[in-house]
Amino acid sequence: MRNASLDRRTLLKSAAAASAATLLHAPALAQSAPRVTVIGGGFAGATCARELKRSGVAVTLVEPNATYTACPFSNNVLAGLRPLSAQEFGYDAIRRDGVTVAQQRTSSIDPQAKQVALADGGRLDYDRLVLAPGIDLRFDALPGYDEAAAQTMPHAWKAGEQTTLLRRQLEAMDDGGTVVMSAPANPFRCPPGPYERASLIAHYLKTQKPRSKLIILDAKDAFSKQRLFQNAWTPLYPNLEWISLSSGGKVTEVDVKEKTLVTDFDRHKADVANVIPPQRAGLIAQLAGIADRSGWCPIDPVTFESRQQPGIHVIGDACIAGGMPKSAFAANAQAKVCAAAVAGLLRGETPVQPKLINTCYSLVAPDYGISIAGVYHPANGVLADVEGAGGVSPIDAPPSFRALEATYADTWFQTITTEVFG
Amino acid sequence: MRTAGTIVTCLMALAAPAAAQSAAPAGASSCSGCHDARIASPAIPPLKGRPAPEIVAAMEAFRNGGREATVMGRIAKGYTDDETRAIAAWFSQR
Ligand SMILES: Cc1cc2nc3c(=O)[nH]c(=O)nc-3n(C[C@H](O)[C@H](O)[C@H](O)COP(=O)(O)OP(=O)(O)OC[C@H]3O[C@@H](n4cnc5c(N)ncnc54)[C@H](O)[C@@H]3O)c2cc1C
Repeated sequence: MRNASLDRRTLLKSAAAASAATLLHAPALAQSAPRVTVIGGGFAGATCARELKRSGVAVTLVEPNATYTACPFSNNVLAGLRPLSAQEFGYDAIRRDGVTVAQQRTSSIDPQAKQVALADGGRLDYDRLVLAPGIDLRFDALPGYDEAAAQTMPHAWKAGEQTTLLRRQLEAMDDGGTVVMSAPANPFRCPPGPYERASLIAHYLKTQKPRSKLIILDAKDAFSKQRLFQNAWTPLYPNLEWISLSSGGKVTEVDVKEKTLVTDFDRHKADVANVIPPQRAGLIAQLAGIADRSGWCPIDPVTFESRQQPGIHVIGDACIAGGMPKSAFAANAQAKVCAAAVAGLLRGETPVQPKLINTCYSLVAPDYGISIAGVYHPANGVLADVEGAGGVSPIDAPPSFRALEATYADTWFQTITTEVFG
Repeated sequence: MRTAGTIVTCLMALAAPAAAQSAAPAGASSCSGCHDARIASPAIPPLKGRPAPEIVAAMEAFRNGGREATVMGRIAKGYTDDETRAIAAWFSQR
């Protein structure tokens, strides 16, 4: 095992050497040994670090956790269909590619000095920075819902301990209990995620605790793949109730002691409560002035370079990607485009106009998959949908089609996690 | 049209010899999110090393509905003939 502080010292030395040399001999050295720092080792950052390394750039990936716990398919863990360990991935393969992995949290960014400060006091210089910190759950947005409340009413919107906690609560609940979920307004991580979760929890209840019910309180009137979900829910899960914004679904407060979700019209007492709170780009993006007032990071759609801080690129859930949803698929696709753009910019090339895909599968039941896809390109300064492409699975498809999409969902997860971490 | 695609690909190869490994034509890098040679999945075949005409024909058939699909019909409609040819050529050489 490599020692983190040793790693850092080596890093600092080479970083210092690189920046000193850059001062003396900028163009030549920028071509031979540019240094890029990537913050965040999730679907976006880990992909980007590997791609950059492959194109000959020296990369340091800064990520505090030794193990990454993936969110896609974590709803299956909640339903008891999969162990959490199937969601866990390490950084060894990424290290073997020659990426320097600094197991640290980034505490601040100095865009002028082109330097990143780590939580343990270390510093890293960079020629270009890629920021991929994912999301921050807003514990200031919903009265009563703070970090302590999440121990009683888990969000499970970052996979890991929270997933296990919610799973245990579901297991411990008596038959006949009520599960209450709250879904946030747009934008948020994984737009179809709350509804896949509701489906799979309902599947668990139907098969294990059939007298129980599930209520989704929603801050929206419409959601991703809505017709497909609702079309499936009617026959499959009669005990699942969706309450839209206009029907009074918006949660305005939570009462942790009473395990109750409060709306303008009602109080919903839960046996198990899953609160998915509003979100924003990871804290570091807020601290560094890279997020705008919306809490998310505006970017150039060709290079993913920040509109607020030149030299810093933002990918994944943290960025404002126009029509692209906040998904692992999108994060991975953006990372590859961003890596090519960053490598090109370091070589002094003009970036090419990219085209990106997103495909998100959701499981309504273990053998019932539905999908949404889109193709995106830069248009009018944003990543816009390519017209005529994309859309959702047909509403009237036979069971064999749903089963096939469930298989594709599974294969997709294997493929993407192998590309990113394997 | 075929010639145009080939010329584009050749030009790309000439333009960036050092970066040949990573210089994917527009729209190509997203594909490996599902199609990766390392996962030997019969459900989703890898694209690397596949003959270019095969990829071009498949995309055309997906686009016009000639080939049954779940998601590929929706994706193929987002690509022009030229883009598909450049992508197919790139995958075939990997
Ligand atoms: C229940 C659920 C189901 C989902 N299902 C799907 C699905 O089926 N398909 C799909 O495509 N997407 C799905 N998603 C969405 C997907 O998980 C996210 O879109 C994806 O994780 C975004 O990747 P990212 O790299 O931007 O962020 P993350 O994966 O969150 O990674 C960010 C990383 O940055 C690190 N980090 C944060 N701050 C710092 C700092 N200051 N210094 C250093 N490192 C830092 C974090 O530790 C983390 O490892 C789902 C999400 C949920 C919650």
